[in-house]
Amino acid sequence: MKIHEYQAKILFRDYQIPVPDGQMAKTPEDAKRIAESLGGNSFVVKAQIHAGGRGKAGGVKVVSKSDEVYDAANKIIGMRLVSKQTGPEGRLVKKVLVERGAAIRSEMYCAFLIDRSRERVSLVFSTAGGMDIEEVAEKQPEKIVKVAIDPVTGIQPFISRNIVFSLGLDSNLTSPLYNLLNNMYRLFVEKDLSLVEINPLVITENGELLAVDAKINVEDNALFRQKELSEMRDADEEDQRERIAHQFNLNYISLNGNIGCLVNGAGLAMATMDIIKYYGGEPANFLDVGGGANKQAITEGFKLILSDPKVKGILVNIFGGIVRCDVVAQSVIGAVSEMGITVPLVVRLEGTNSEQARELIKSSGIRLTYAKTMAEAAETIVKLAI
Amino acid sequence: MSILINRNSRVIVQGITGENGKFHTTQMLSYGTKVVGGVTPGKGGQSVEGVPVFNTVLDAVRKTDADTSIIFVPARFAPDAILESAESGIRLIVVITEGIVPSDMLKVKYSLRGKDVRIVGPNCPGVITAEECKVGIMPGYIHKKGSVGVISRSGTLTYEAVYQLTNLGIGETTCIGIGGDPIVGSSFVDLLELFKDDRETECVVMIGEIGGNAEEEAADYIARHFKKPVVSFIAGATAPPEKRMGHAGAIISGKKSTAQSKMEYLRSKGIRVVENPSMIGDTVWEILRKR
Repeated sequence: MKIHEYQAKILFRDYQIPVPDGQMAKTPEDAKRIAESLGGNSFVVKAQIHAGGRGKAGGVKVVSKSDEVYDAANKIIGMRLVSKQTGPEGRLVKKVLVERGAAIRSEMYCAFLIDRSRERVSLVFSTAGGMDIEEVAEKQPEKIVKVAIDPVTGIQPFISRNIVFSLGLDSNLTSPLYNLLNNMYRLFVEKDLSLVEINPLVITENGELLAVDAKINVEDNALFRQKELSEMRDADEEDQRERIAHQFNLNYISLNGNIGCLVNGAGLAMATMDIIKYYGGEPANFLDVGGGANKQAITEGFKLILSDPKVKGILVNIFGGIVRCDVVAQSVIGAVSEMGITVPLVVRLEGTNSEQARELIKSSGIRLTYAKTMAEAAETIVKLAI
Repeated sequence: MSILINRNSRVIVQGITGENGKFHTTQMLSYGTKVVGGVTPGKGGQSVEGVPVFNTVLDAVRKTDADTSIIFVPARFAPDAILESAESGIRLIVVITEGIVPSDMLKVKYSLRGKDVRIVGPNCPGVITAEECKVGIMPGYIHKKGSVGVISRSGTLTYEAVYQLTNLGIGETTCIGIGGDPIVGSSFVDLLELFKDDRETECVVMIGEIGGNAEEEAADYIARHFKKPVVSFIAGATAPPEKRMGHAGAIISGKKSTAQSKMEYLRSKGIRVVENPSMIGDTVWEILRKR
């Protein structure tokens, strides 16, 4: 689960990670009031959405007067921000973060994440801040230090020293950097995060470390024990169909094609999308209705698929293992006849009792094509979905 | 021969009194698995399908000589259940449970490093040695004794591949679902090492997916140490970036964990990559025919 920058910075403050003074605002009036209470002559107004690339998309403005904060917030709130991470439809901005501007000497990068390959929490630090870290890794690997953290001993002072001396930083930073790393690591572990990232982490004109940006992803599986973080969920930032799917224990993800897919199991669901593409079609969605594929799951699955107006055909691909194909067939027949599905429908049920399933569907009088293999099913739906 | 489990494996079920535990105990027994005990704290002394239930794994191991465990307990209790099993002398722990926190799994693996215990999963369908022993939730009847080892990050997609092999009359030795989570007990490499020395296994099917770099590590291992042919399918060529595709570990983050880059890497190491998931069985058949 993603949270907003302003929420991440609240957590940063709790963990003594230095951030600029500031607050979230939902209206230009609030934004101006916050600026006035901050005082000074440099302010930053930042759009709060769950996507990066906000600066280039016009979602971040630096101004010098509180009146200008009003104007900037007025422009940003209500705009549809289109960045490289939002997709072409963009994201409606409902909140801004108003902060005191920072006098920046240099920009760095610092993140903690779960390193799948090393099976540790890893720290990634770079002196190339404000940039795409993958690009840095590719083009200037000498500017990156990566450390796998031992879960028992945690952050040790030598880790900070290694970063400072190997990247040529001012040696006065060793101690404040150690504190920062230690606090970020504690936050990461105690709050069950899957990512905490500061990009850029700046050195101010006064030589102090400051987290100008803050990105936090929370591990979904751990939300049951992170009540405070669960409450930070912003439903506005989530795809509505994905949210509904979640309520019914389905896994649904919108895609751009026109062939809806209803499948049991995540791997088979991906493979079904892939085989549609292989035969020249484009999948409209990923949908895993769960290994059991019961009638409610199938009905809700059809509803989700059909709520997408792009869908011109549906492929149902169920591998009935423990669940019998004739039972699944009855669910499909029930759902289809209740809902009156009009787009072409290709069904492939393989596994236990697949022959009985075929007979059931034939005798039901429902208009659909029954396919024997995945390949046949995909080829057929690609031809029919026009 | 086979790997991990065979007709002599002695299996206990952790969480045997739950709905899933009960159902799959019945299924495993009818496949011929020696389910010798179950564990549910507080329910020791009861029995499920004629299988005695114990309060602790330690008690179960002492009384039944079990060497293998399958875990169905809910995610928040599963790390404890894994560690309990490992501490009590179980050598193979198959974790079906979905939803374990990855950082908890990191701790479990850290704690068990260097010890003589193997974990398969979590979030997996389990392990089956065809016509001998099933420690998992896969449908038994689609398997047939044969010569192909299967390793996969998926569930139903594995069944699909296995069914193709069975229908072609090829059959399987052992099939392992390693799980769809970012941190799993056994990797492709861990299991390839076992298949390498298994005389009955002539070919391995490796089903990967987007996310992480377990497939690339396997490809490196295969190029250096694995002489048997490997056929691979990588799911998720059409998956969008930064979205979890059902499995917690199936997420493209960055440029390296895409299906395309994995397929390219596998091919560069001489592995036969199939792009049409319907062709997994046929491709294996073609390779075995030439041998």
